[in-house]
Amino acid sequence: MSFLTLANQYQSFDFKTYFNSIRPEDVQKTLDRGAGGLKRLETRDLLTLLSPAAEDFLEPMAQTARELTCRHFGQIISLYAPLYISDYCSNHCTYCGFNALTAFPRTRLTMEEINREARAIADTGIRHILVLTGEAPAKTPLSYLEAACRVMARYFSSIALEIFPMTQSDYQVLHRAGADSLTVYQEVYDQAVYKEVHPKGPKADYAFRLLTPERGAAAGFRAVNIGTLFGLGNPKAEAFMAGIHARYLEQAFPHVEISLSLPRMTRAGGAIAPKHLLPDKGFVQTMLAWRLFMPRLGITVSTRESAAFRDRIIHLGATRYSAGSRTDVGGYAVHTTDTTAQFEVTDTRTVAEVADMIRNNGYQPVFKDWEIF
Amino acid sequence: MKIRLNGETVETSIPDILSLVKVRDLDLPSLVVEHNHTIIQQTAWADTLLQEGDTIELLSFVGGG
Amino acid sequence: MEDRLALGDRYFSSRLLTGTGKFASNSLIGPMLAASGSQIITVALRRVDPKAPPQDNILSHIPDTVTLLPNTSGARTAKEAVRIAHIAREAGCGDFIKIEVITDMQYLLPDNHETLKATEILAKEGFIVLPYVMPDITISRRLYDAGAAAVMPLGSPIGSNLGLEMKPMIQRIIETSKLPVIVDAGIGRPSQAAEAMEMGADAVLVNTAIATARDTAIAGRAFAMAVTAGRMAYHAGMAGHSNRARASSPLTGFLRE
Repeated sequence: MSFLTLANQYQSFDFKTYFNSIRPEDVQKTLDRGAGGLKRLETRDLLTLLSPAAEDFLEPMAQTARELTCRHFGQIISLYAPLYISDYCSNHCTYCGFNALTAFPRTRLTMEEINREARAIADTGIRHILVLTGEAPAKTPLSYLEAACRVMARYFSSIALEIFPMTQSDYQVLHRAGADSLTVYQEVYDQAVYKEVHPKGPKADYAFRLLTPERGAAAGFRAVNIGTLFGLGNPKAEAFMAGIHARYLEQAFPHVEISLSLPRMTRAGGAIAPKHLLPDKGFVQTMLAWRLFMPRLGITVSTRESAAFRDRIIHLGATRYSAGSRTDVGGYAVHTTDTTAQFEVTDTRTVAEVADMIRNNGYQPVFKDWEIF
Repeated sequence: MKIRLNGETVETSIPDILSLVKVRDLDLPSLVVEHNHTIIQQTAWADTLLQEGDTIELLSFVGGG
Repeated sequence: MEDRLALGDRYFSSRLLTGTGKFASNSLIGPMLAASGSQIITVALRRVDPKAPPQDNILSHIPDTVTLLPNTSGARTAKEAVRIAHIAREAGCGDFIKIEVITDMQYLLPDNHETLKATEILAKEGFIVLPYVMPDITISRRLYDAGAAAVMPLGSPIGSNLGLEMKPMIQRIIETSKLPVIVDAGIGRPSQAAEAMEMGADAVLVNTAIATARDTAIAGRAFAMAVTAGRMAYHAGMAGHSNRARASSPLTGFLRE
């Protein structure tokens, strides 16, 4: 059974009525059972923890989340940096700054330019890289991506891909070229909304995108990071779907480390405004609910979030931060003037500043925790 | 002739399995007989002749967890 | 919907498996089965001592309605276990087989490696294979791939009556296994059987604790009731320990700033 079967089962589920039926006593029961971390929480517990009733339990949820995170990961935050190597894109995502309809000069880095960018990032101490492109296989074919991975392998001990969905055999090629992790967001699990915001282009295929993490895991990646883009669908329902997707992957691929991200929409150039805002409180509740549901889950927080907010949520279950990020192509070393970014970076601190903040919070910044032999 | 009976070498002149079992007064219904690593059904015991060097295992079900 | 235990293509309403070892007399087995309602019972296969007086036939004490579960105790390798399984099937004991391969004679703990090998072979041959193993998530996944009908992690060493010493590991197997989980070995009291069932085990196998009780039939009945109670508690979704909220909000207070 693929995750598509499970996802389809929830398409007609009345989330709103169910969430509103949950009482404070239900939340307390779930917390009582989840507190020890020995007994695994079930799917219905995740619904309970995401419910409006659970909003009054954020502090006890946070206490448990911190304890579980500390028990499973220690007091650490892993650091990574994103590297955008191409912003060509044939998709029509109505919410994205790289949308094919948005007119701006597109760029694709040469291998020499990738080398300069990689060196600039590596100079900050970062050893985990996240490589990003738009979805334009004609501009960034497999051979280009493979060559890019080989360049980056000179500088980084972990190479994660956040590119367009590929087949398992293409992923195997990139895995052999040095990529070890895969990031792919479903953007929105609600199929009706998905259709609405992806009217055209290869991304209009919901199922192919949904099963991408499975193909990546089967191709041999040691880590898979998934998520939903908060702002498109009902945030509580989306948080639930992303959570059970992560649980599914954890069960189906026990050798793979599963992580979730919580990207929240910001108004990038030429894109629509978010339909559902996810406030800070909702962000925290989601993160805590996921942590209690999956004690071993990686939780990634990017520089979309503000410095002040990131300083606080270190204690609430996060395990990985980006730092010193540039979200425009060539932003680290190749271009000196501003170009079009996929999203706006809110936490603009340098890698060293973020590392200091992590230390000041009593945690250890980890620049490198994995090396492929 | 010499045969291996439940792991021990014994000298015998008994011609077939049925006689071998009867002479020892074993409980027949519960007995399982293996002749050269092949199970012999009870109905075939009389027709299974013993030869020099044969391996016979006499087994039965007992209590066990 | 009736809550039945599925093993291979067979269904059982009782979730208590019993064993025939260590009874003072085989004649106690029938009454124990009647009192406990157990529908599956283990038997072992041994060489007959040709010099000893004829033994009582243990199979004659087990009603036809009860499924025989021959075990491969005594086997030290996968090959020996396979041979015992073949003999048991040809002797008319049906398709069920409990694989028990022990190479550690000091603690009598099962050899997961040989057990997996035997499972692969026997499952292919159509046996309903119930392997007895050290609680290990990886072996439980591999047994599923190998075609086992259940996984039987030990609660504690055979005959120890120590209960669920392996509880945290068994818990993880229950959470991840696609196969029914039958806790086997070490369950010494009905309360321990209930505890295993509350955790979500699909069944328990109890032999020594029943067979060595002063009244084996009543002991069987007590275990059956404990298994039922534990199963009901599991379905009822019991609450856990209290972890009441603290008054101050040091971690989330910033959300109200």
